[in-house]
Amino acid sequence: MTSHLLEARGIHTYYGASHILHGVDFSVRPGETVGLMGRNGMGKTTLLRSLLGLTRPRHGEVRIAGADMTQAAPYAIARRGVAYVPEGRGIFPNLSVRENLVMAARAGSGGRRDWTFERVMQTFPRLAQRLRHGGAQLSGGEQQMLTIGRALMTNPDLLILDEATEGLAPKISREIWGIINQIKQAGIAAVIVDKNFAAVSAVADRIVILVKGATVYEGASAELRAQPELHVKYLGV
Amino acid sequence: MDTNTFLIQVLNGIQYGLLLFLVASGLTLILGIMGIINLAHGSFYMVGAYLAFSLAQHFGSLWLAMAGGVVIAVAIGLLLEWLLISKLYHRDHLYQVLLTYGLILIFEELRSVVFGDDVHGVAIPEMLRASIPLTETLSYPVYRLWMSAVCIVLAIGMYLLIQKTRLGMTIRAGAANREMVQSLGININLLYRLVFALGVALAAFAGMIAAPVASVFPGMGNQVLIVCFVVVVIGGIGSVKGAMLAAILIGLVDTFGKVLTLQIGGVQLLPELSGMMIYVLMAAVLLARPQGLFGKGG
Repeated sequence: MTSHLLEARGIHTYYGASHILHGVDFSVRPGETVGLMGRNGMGKTTLLRSLLGLTRPRHGEVRIAGADMTQAAPYAIARRGVAYVPEGRGIFPNLSVRENLVMAARAGSGGRRDWTFERVMQTFPRLAQRLRHGGAQLSGGEQQMLTIGRALMTNPDLLILDEATEGLAPKISREIWGIINQIKQAGIAAVIVDKNFAAVSAVADRIVILVKGATVYEGASAELRAQPELHVKYLGV
Repeated sequence: MDTNTFLIQVLNGIQYGLLLFLVASGLTLILGIMGIINLAHGSFYMVGAYLAFSLAQHFGSLWLAMAGGVVIAVAIGLLLEWLLISKLYHRDHLYQVLLTYGLILIFEELRSVVFGDDVHGVAIPEMLRASIPLTETLSYPVYRLWMSAVCIVLAIGMYLLIQKTRLGMTIRAGAANREMVQSLGININLLYRLVFALGVALAAFAGMIAAPVASVFPGMGNQVLIVCFVVVVIGGIGSVKGAMLAAILIGLVDTFGKVLTLQIGGVQLLPELSGMMIYVLMAAVLLARPQGLFGKGG
């Protein structure tokens, strides 16, 4: 099925002896926004890391834009158009804001250069004022913006956001969701891991819920919104 | 000590410091950025000196020997990183110390087999053989000035590479978060291979340019290695800027420790204890700044 941008089949991932993912199937179509939800410790981050080649699945297959990337190095996976905004942000604190962005700049698939430094500056005016600051001097929200901006500098087809709004003030959080919406409008596919069901379901086309390393629900956001009993059962909200 | 002698010693100290910087900068990058304790770094200095000695005989020109030597040094660096060092990134420092100490023994043995255990000299190239007269009795060799100039040019080049280029940004980013650098689509293994080769080339080049003034002898690498670790510790691990400052400091302290005389309470301290001076300096710096002059955090 080459219509999928990302397609994972039967992913089994272990941390040492503990079996975290039990045969997860997960796919993203071009331009699609997928919300990945579940309580803490259900395997969301592990699934993302398995897709990104950062934690090797023991069984299963990961295909990106049609190519088998199951054994590929993380940098090769990124080069196929996947950008990662990790939990805890992962900015480079020893680099300036400008350097954090510039070092990541790269043409996307097919040589696309939609996201230039200037466009990232327009999208994140807060960062534009702080270009010379060190990454570590930024507030949590600014660091998050920097990480998203840095990911956009790689001109990705798919953006993977792990807990992008965690620990942020509501106002900053709303700003981040606004940016995620802009990214969706720009046609970039996204996988969003977040605990805020209202916000995720508002932006996501589809939602996948993991419980104990297995998919228990997969369907359109609107459908899940109409089933509040499932929220209680799977998400504890 | 009169002004001229003083000036000459300052020049000597700075020149020695700059030479140390070439070796120490690679050491600090490999330690600070790649997290590898490379005891064999001094061996690369020795390899450079012996390459200069043998290639200069072969080509009849130290210039050609240096050019060829740098190419060989880069090749050695790439090969060693690929074959051995790359296996050590996720290992404990103890493994790194064991392996790189093993490399010292191998390099020394190879040197002994190929070149023997004699001390060799390398001639200063014709065009730099002159001396600049300072007074009727004192003069300063042009070759030493040339050495310093080359070291300064290389230091500026390294500064620009690391601070101003995207390659440099990526290298620094790798020191902070390896995984994240990879997830941005950068092949960090290749990057580190290049950094290692650059470090080897710098150390070997230092050995090459030092060969005509310091001669070429067994164990010369280990002597340099210890001083360079002192430079790295004083400067702050991973800081090229710190390595520069510390190297000059060490160069001057070591040089003046040997020429000054100091007597306290009837006990002759200098130059008798000159060998201790750089370690005293290191202890003093570490007392005030345990992370080194430009080190990051505690």
